[in-house]
This record gives sequence, structure tokens and C-alpha cells, in this order.
Amino acid sequence: MRITQGTFSHLPDLTDDEITAQIGYCLDNGWPLSVEFTDDPHPRNTYWEMWGLPMFDLADPAGVMLEVDACRTTHPDCYVKLNAYDARLGRQTTALSFIVQRPEPEPGFRLDRHEGADRRITYTTTSYATGRPQGERYLA
Amino acid sequence: MSDRWSAGVIPYAEMGYWQPDYVPKDTDILCAFRITPQDGVPPEEAGAAVAGESSTATWTVVWTDRLTAHEHYQAKCYKVEAVPGAPGQYIAWIAYDLDLFEEGSIANLTSSIIGNVFGFKALKALRLEDMRIPTHYVKTFAGPPHGIVMEREYLGKYGRPLLGATTKPKLGLSARNYGRVVYEALRGGLDFTKDDENINSQPFMRWRDRYLFCMEAVNRAQAATGEIKGHYLNVTAGTMEQMYERADFARELGSVIVMIDLTVGYTAIQSMSAWARRHGVLLHLHRAGHGTYTRQKTHGVSFRVIAKWMRLAGVDHIHAGTVVGKLEGDPTIVAGYYDTLRLDHVPADPVKGLDFDQDWASLPGVMPVASGGIHAGQMHQLLHHLGEDVVLQFGGGTIGHPMGIAAGATANRVAVEAMIKARNEGRDVMIEGAEVLKTAAGRCRELDVALATWGDITFDYAATDTPDVVATPTGV
Repeated sequence: MRITQGTFSHLPDLTDDEITAQIGYCLDNGWPLSVEFTDDPHPRNTYWEMWGLPMFDLADPAGVMLEVDACRTTHPDCYVKLNAYDARLGRQTTALSFIVQRPEPEPGFRLDRHEGADRRITYTTTSYATGRPQGERYLA
Repeated sequence: MSDRWSAGVIPYAEMGYWQPDYVPKDTDILCAFRITPQDGVPPEEAGAAVAGESSTATWTVVWTDRLTAHEHYQAKCYKVEAVPGAPGQYIAWIAYDLDLFEEGSIANLTSSIIGNVFGFKALKALRLEDMRIPTHYVKTFAGPPHGIVMEREYLGKYGRPLLGATTKPKLGLSARNYGRVVYEALRGGLDFTKDDENINSQPFMRWRDRYLFCMEAVNRAQAATGEIKGHYLNVTAGTMEQMYERADFARELGSVIVMIDLTVGYTAIQSMSAWARRHGVLLHLHRAGHGTYTRQKTHGVSFRVIAKWMRLAGVDHIHAGTVVGKLEGDPTIVAGYYDTLRLDHVPADPVKGLDFDQDWASLPGVMPVASGGIHAGQMHQLLHHLGEDVVLQFGGGTIGHPMGIAAGATANRVAVEAMIKARNEGRDVMIEGAEVLKTAAGRCRELDVALATWGDITFDYAATDTPDVVATPTGV
């Protein structure tokens, strides 16, 4: 399967040039970027690990790409995403967020059904990968 | 004293409801009414009559006014202007003191302002064009249970319009077949699917069965994509008790969103808004019925006023027009609705039909929903007209795809992602949009087939509700 979180997951994986263009757009809007990674891509895992702090004062897309590369090199078996943050009053939230690395293969999620009375079912979504400890989940 | 207190009938203008020197207070509620007086009725008298009948007046002098500080409670018509190019029509500007209204009650606000006066014989027609709601009154409402920012954080979806589809056919599917449409559309790439306004609990599909099958579909699609998905479960019912029962069941099943129809009434909407905030469930509002009073230009209530009332009453989504789809919507008038729903400070702009500055004082924005006759081939126009904070709903444009529902969903999702990517890369999507779609379709057969099926479908009819003022280019 292919996890379709993030703004561009239905397109072919972005090339580094395409990622750089998106970074440029974010910086032109005054949105600092940050890099996050995880090996627990559950749809409700809000808090991926932070690859350092948001790059508040970095104005050069190439500098952001260096951090993307460093994270990808250090965590080749993790999902990595780039977030842009809009701190303006009334927003103060993520403005753009897209995946820049995904592990291969992506085993996806198991859906467990807990059958109750009156035909009610309680659902639990579990990543197949998280059956193993953190750091060992997507090793080829 | 003057004739003002003589028993009998005197003109409203002479009873204090026409005050051309009045300077509105910051705390006043201001209204702009389009009035069409009967022949022989002076416009100032017609404006004064609207002010009178929507505040303290009745048709004759009553001595009991003298037991009150009546000048405080009288609404004041302070300006009347002829509408350019529309003989016999005038805009009457009326100020209402805040004391006339109960805090936090749309029912009370509307019972005053549109309660009696729309059937008034001295007018041929009357339309509430716009309303300025002072911050003092805004702050007596809780507003949207979540709002645009919280919705995005709740769903983990940023930087692009959200995508939805209304299950079709609107009526007749069994619950099991209905859930199939939901599953296919969500796994194919949509964020939301939706009950239609008239899907409640009919003999062919009872509400409880629909909820169970839809939540199976939602959970299956979430597991298949790793994304949060939702189906707007319509909880509209005949009584408030039934609505709460349905909403509680939806919540227990884990639905992220429920929906109601505008037909449930303002008080029920406010009750459901409080429920939705209490339980962390998004609240979608379908504006069923609004066209009966929003569309005609001379009589009724403009949708921009309904949008203001609904932002106060507190909904997270509201249908607000598509510009390019099958339903009424002049581009600049629709832009006025979207501004009203999304911005914190909305500047007056006659081209957009906005007669007043409106400050929302950090009341969260409402996510507008564009639905009705739109398809992937219009993605660049939709993005241009409607922006990013919008739910684009492709019902027929998903379910009618020749390769199936999931393929239709994929086509729409690929189209929106490709268009956002191109725009962010600096391309002018209004010029290059068709080319962007064509390139994306080269790598996505579902989009290719969608464009071949619907690419040249348009709905070019003249809008009924248009601005009185148009922007004209000025030489520099």
C-alpha cells in the first residue's frame, strides 16, 4: 500500500528539485520549515519525531534541503515529512505538509473489529510495522 | 407636545424612525435593506416603516411608548439611497440598539429583524442585503465548534482544498449499497463523503443501519490509506430528541463529523453546535431551502447574511457556492460569502455585495463547501475562485466516473494535488491549468478518463443575484 498522508501523496514522489520549489514557495510566504520523521505512520500519530527545531531564520531553500537530506540519510527506513508553519494571527498552524521519504515496502494497517451487541463494531487500526520495536520497523 | 402623541395614525418618519442625522454607534447592529416601496410611498417613509416594524412600532400611536425610553429602543433609518440602474429600488440603512436583542440567540435576532416586516403592505418587496454585527454582540456567541484551523489539525490535512462527494443516487440505496459508495470514494482519495440533505431515515434506509455501514466503510478506507476519513452522517430529524439520539450514536461509532440541514431551524442549529463542541465532532451544515429566500434580488435575505448568522450560531462547514457549478453564484458575490465565512476582518466591498466592515473578533472561520455540478477539469478555476480553505465536493464527478467510484475519487485527488503543486511552483493556474491537468493525466489514467468524460462540461447561465456595483478599470 501507499500511505496517502500529506499534500502530494497521490502524485509520484517529488524529486529534490520539486521539493526545493515547494520550499521556495513556503519561504516566500514567510513560513519556516521543519523536518519530522517516524516509523509509526498511524493516521492519528500527530507527533512525529522532530529533526531539530523549526528553521525560523533560514531563508535559503538549499539550507532546508541539507536538513532534509541529513534526516533522510540518518533515518533511511523512516517516513520523513516537511512542514511549513504559518504563525500569523488567525492561522498559527501548519500551512503545508508533505512526505519527502517513505520506506519500502509499506506494509500498511490492520483493521481489528471488536464485535459488540446490537451490531455495533469498535474498530482499531494498527500499523503492521509497529509490531516491532522503534528503529527496527522498516528494516529491509 | 406635538402631534407625535395624538391618537391615530401618523407617518413612521414622523414618529422618529427616520433620523438622517443619526450617527450609528459602534455597538449598534446595522442593516442594509433593499426596499421597493409601493407607488406613492416616499422612500424615506418606507425606510422608516421598516425600521419601525422591525423594532418598536405598530401601525398607530400608542400612549404606552411614553412609559419607556422609546427613543433608545426605536430603530433608526439614517440613510436611503437609490439603487443605480434599478428604478424604484432603494437601500435603506437602519441602526438597531444592542439592547433590542437577547445575547447569543439567532432566533431572537431574526425574529426582530426579519420577523414581521417582510409582509408589510406599504412595500412591494424587501430584501435584507447585509448586516453589521458589532463585536459586542459577536462575543455573546460561541461560534463554530472547531473552525477551519482546528478542523485541519484534527484531520491532519494541510495546504490543499479538502475533497468530498455526496452519495448518489440521493434516495433509494439500501444501507449496505450506500456504504459501498462511501468506501470506494474514500479509499480512492476523497477526504469526506456526505449524506444528502434529504437522507434522514426513510423506509428504504433507516438511519441506524446507514451509520453502521458507513462507519465500516470509513474505517476500512482509513486502514487502506493511512489517512483520516469522514462521512457526514446527517442527523436531521423531526425532533431535537431524535437528533441528539442520532448524533450520540454517530459519536459512539467514532465518526469525526455529523451534519444537519438548515431546515432544522436556528435554535436546533445552535443546540447541535453546543453538542458538537462538547463532543469534539465536526458539524456540517447543508443549506437546504435557502434558495427560496436568498436568490431573488428584490425580496428575501441575502445568503451573505445567512452566512453571518451561521458563523455566529456555530457550524464548521456550510455550503456557499461553486461559481462554476450547476447552482446559482455570481463570482464576486460568492467571493463575498467566502470572505464572510473565512476572514477575521471582512472589509466592506460593494463589488462583493458587502455593505459593511465586519469584525469577527477571532471567532473561528467556517469552512465553505462547494458542491453541485463540479468536476476535475475545473480544478484550476475552483482553486482560483475559492482558494485553499474549502471542501470541494464532486458527487456526480466521482460516482459517475466510467472506471468506477474509486477511480473518480483518484482523478479528483490527483487533479487537486497537481494544481496545488503547480501553483506553489509559481505557475499561473488560470492560464496553464488545462496544461497542468493534461500533464498529470499523462501519469494517471483515472484523471485522463475523467477529463475525457467531463472536460468540456460547463454551466454558463446568467446569475440572478449580482452586485449593483461593478469594478471598472481606472487609468493610472
